[in-house]
Amino acid sequence: MSSSQPEQPSSGARGVADGQEDLACGGDAADCEETVHRLYHFLDGALTESRRRAISAHLDICGDCLDAVDFEAELRRVVADRCRDRVPDGLVQRVADALSHERQHPGAP
Amino acid sequence: MADPATFADAAMQHMASLYTAAMRMTRNPADAEDLVQETYLKAYRAYERFEEGTNLKAWLYRILTNTYINSYRSRRRRPEETDVDNVEDLYLYRRLSADGAGGGRSAEEEVLERFTDDEVKAAIESLPDVFRIAVLLADVEGFSYKEIADITEVPIGTVMSRIHRGRRALQKALGEYGLQRGLVEAAP
Repeated sequence: MSSSQPEQPSSGARGVADGQEDLACGGDAADCEETVHRLYHFLDGALTESRRRAISAHLDICGDCLDAVDFEAELRRVVADRCRDRVPDGLVQRVADALSHERQHPGAP
Repeated sequence: MADPATFADAAMQHMASLYTAAMRMTRNPADAEDLVQETYLKAYRAYERFEEGTNLKAWLYRILTNTYINSYRSRRRRPEETDVDNVEDLYLYRRLSADGAGGGRSAEEEVLERFTDDEVKAAIESLPDVFRIAVLLADVEGFSYKEIADITEVPIGTVMSRIHRGRRALQKALGEYGLQRGLVEAAP
């Protein structure tokens, strides 16, 4: 499991320009291990810009990792879509009635 | 400071989300309805303390989550944290691609489509409370780590750990349903 904190967002000189360089020369590109390890942080948008770029650069050249990332993103979409419940008939009215009762008799059961 | 007269207009639009979360937390419709009603009543009574312009949905979730933990959780004993350890990275993906079908990059994603709503719901509901709540807030409701830290009143590092472990445990639970239905290959 990952108990590691994401890096603090980088500030200052080393930033976007470095990221561009990574893409060009691969100097600081992520490898498969880092990509899998940071996969959730990547999908959650919780990485620093430089690590996000490094992982994106790795995904441009590694089909296996790209498949895995796509799968995790798709799984999340499936989970979010498949576990919705329709609000039961009557609940909206029941809550509205309870709020109305509360307005008229504050604090009453 | 928020005006109580505006509460219903502002808050009622979130009922579908709150009800879904309440269903996953309590695991039954009668308790879920009670939990949602109680959440709205508490929120209404406390609404003058809500800071207008801040996130009302997150504030409602905070009341829902606290109410669930304080009033509903103890009704049924459930497995706790230890059961979600030892699930490796990419658990489900590796099980789905282990048969080497080589059917192209979307083959695993197509298998995902075959899980039913009931299986996904049951898989989420099988998680221990803190992990279930973290995964619900992150992946069903789309709250950020920071928002979830505020809702559940735990440090952000704990939130991340719970979400990540919860997701892996969810994959294992889904994998077990998939195995029963022959969607997933047994581990080699």
